[in-house]
Amino acid sequence: MKTFPKGGIHPSDCKLSRGRAIEALPLPEVVTIPLAQHIGAPAKAKVAKGDKVLAGQLIAEAAGFMSADIHASVSGTVTAVDMAVNGQGLRQAAITIRREGDEWAAGIDLADTVVKECTLAPQEIVAKIKAAGVVGMGGATFPTHVKLAVPPSRKAERLVVNGVECEPYLTSDHRVMLERSEELLVGVTILMRALGVRNASIGIENNKPDAIARLARLAAEYDGVEVVPLKVKYPQGGEKQLIAALTGREVPPPPALPIDVGVVVCNASTAVAVYEAVQKNKPLVERVVTITGKGLKEPKNLLVRLGTPVSALIEAAGGLPDGDCKIVNGGPMMGRAMSNPEAPVTKGCSGITILGGADAERRTSSNCIKCARCVAACPMGLEPYLLSKMAQKRGWEALEAGDIASCIECGCCSASCPAYLPLLDWIRLGKQTVMGILRARAAANTPKK
Amino acid sequence: MANKLIVAPAPHVQSSQSTQSIMRDVLAALLPALAVSTWVFGWSVLLLTLLSVACCVLFEFLIQRFLVKGPCTVGNLSAAVTGVLLAFNLPVSIPWWIVAVGAFVAIAVAKMTFGGLGKNPFNPALVGRVFLLVAYPVQMTSFATDAFTGATPLAAMKYSPLFAGANLPDLFIGNVAGSMGEVAAAALLLGFLYLLWRRVITWHIPVVIFVSMALFAFFAALGRGWTGAALWEFPLFHLLAGGAMLGAIFMATDYSTSPMTVRGGVIYAAGIGALTMCIRLWGAYPEGMSFAILIMNAAVPLINKYVKPRRFGVRQRRAQG
Repeated sequence: MKTFPKGGIHPSDCKLSRGRAIEALPLPEVVTIPLAQHIGAPAKAKVAKGDKVLAGQLIAEAAGFMSADIHASVSGTVTAVDMAVNGQGLRQAAITIRREGDEWAAGIDLADTVVKECTLAPQEIVAKIKAAGVVGMGGATFPTHVKLAVPPSRKAERLVVNGVECEPYLTSDHRVMLERSEELLVGVTILMRALGVRNASIGIENNKPDAIARLARLAAEYDGVEVVPLKVKYPQGGEKQLIAALTGREVPPPPALPIDVGVVVCNASTAVAVYEAVQKNKPLVERVVTITGKGLKEPKNLLVRLGTPVSALIEAAGGLPDGDCKIVNGGPMMGRAMSNPEAPVTKGCSGITILGGADAERRTSSNCIKCARCVAACPMGLEPYLLSKMAQKRGWEALEAGDIASCIECGCCSASCPAYLPLLDWIRLGKQTVMGILRARAAANTPKK
Repeated sequence: MANKLIVAPAPHVQSSQSTQSIMRDVLAALLPALAVSTWVFGWSVLLLTLLSVACCVLFEFLIQRFLVKGPCTVGNLSAAVTGVLLAFNLPVSIPWWIVAVGAFVAIAVAKMTFGGLGKNPFNPALVGRVFLLVAYPVQMTSFATDAFTGATPLAAMKYSPLFAGANLPDLFIGNVAGSMGEVAAAALLLGFLYLLWRRVITWHIPVVIFVSMALFAFFAALGRGWTGAALWEFPLFHLLAGGAMLGAIFMATDYSTSPMTVRGGVIYAAGIGALTMCIRLWGAYPEGMSFAILIMNAAVPLINKYVKPRRFGVRQRRAQG
């Protein structure tokens, strides 16, 4: 069975909610919709306090090439276009809407029937995807229409669909692949059409045999689409790891991108969002979010309107367990711990993981024993123990020479350390500084016009 | 809110192994050899091992408490591992006070001087053993006991010009003269399997040492003009005799004194195998494992500097400049 070539770890998968069908969370009374839900420039608000909006209506417009449109997720009245505190406790521009009923903007097809036929030209497809504000839903939130705009010097040969979901606990992509299989496959063919490629590979780890079987059966009807079971290993859902697992090609170190090896990668849930955008004219205003954790009464997969406070999901799962805990936006390997449970669900939020008891706390670290587990675990072939040490000593040149810019921050190093050293904390710090130096150098070397 | 929210950067997962659990596994893996040794040499093996462990733990505790003035580190069990390994490298007839001297050199000189666990460049137990070998050569090489009289198989080999066909089954189960922990090849291999199963070490270093030693011995036998059974018995003899098993499985794999990459580990292990055989065949000592490991320990920083893991997305070494 295929997998990626270097490193990786096997955290216990804890997919508590894998058997729970997607259910719709009751609509919230108030939604807070941040203007920065994607990589790139925050969108520009197009509504003002007091405006009436419909669900699916454009409320903020992409500001520049690398940006994405944002739509109202509920119908109601705009109560604020102001700063709101996000999950990390930082103030961030957002539009707040008080919900009134559930009315949708005109032209959006809300029926369940699957529309398979698509005869649009590639640029029309990309325009619809852009207009729907679709971004990568696996967490990176890269605007999809930008990804589809392949530079003329490059040629896309294959679409890779990421159905790996290698993060422990999370099951939202799994449920989407199972319950919205047809839509996903139509979305995949639309993306293939937009890119002008004949082949698409859907990579799924073999801890989801039901999704593999169902998609493989249905994919037989779609030309050029294959479903590839993958050996379970974290971080297989990392873009570069997945490409290597499926095609054997390794994306060179930064600034190279997947397109440099002829591949465009798209998350499984994103493919469904693309389907809805193109075939149903439905913008990205809701998504499936896993709410999970060992201490929760009912781990679930919920269909949630964007902007819903995370606390509403926690309530729906039976509330926070007793004692101190950690609310993680995402899975336990790469998710971000939240200090504010009232922060909203955004486009890139695939799950909320509640860690309680000993799982929530970091254990005391001790001496590095040079066991080399971090080196063996690093999927990028780096030496985390050395990078971490050099970052502490502020050895920026040594960090650059050690290829710190290649670090994908997957966390395999920290998670495999028997001395519990916070390796990635230091590496992240070093990487930020080195990237700043690299950018400054590039700027200095660019001839002024 | 009743309960506090904890925040920290990702990842929010930590290893199921800890330094302490790893050291505990190493101690467990040494138990079969301890049992066989006790059976072969008698109860004094247990007493000397306990004494060695007690001295190592005590010295580390005292140094950490009164000189370093840092947190107590003996709980990570690494001093206990050093204690057992040191005892395993000594003959059973050793006077108790020499054990204490060895423990002091191992812990105080070879380990704590450099900053403790993970920072020592040389294997502490081996430094202790080699110090004793140089300081007390008579006591360190008298292997005569109630059970055995005379020389170890390696010494017998060293000073006889012919390969007399040593008793390989006896070497395998440990029914020979030698240091306390080195005699039982079978028990040490059992420990090796346990360490592999518990994912404490990988197979590379021990196996490459064995292969390197066996190849070296094979060609040495060819060079001596031997034929027939001697061509495989001679390499096998060298793997089973002396400290080869103990050194390859438990000493050469010491984390802080072995390279950080698999490829580096292979170079290091091949060097240990070759050096061991050189010393055994042509050196002044009958046994060369400890020296070979210590010499290659010295090469580890160099190996780490030049043998890097292959970076993802880079197929060959980038051109310089």
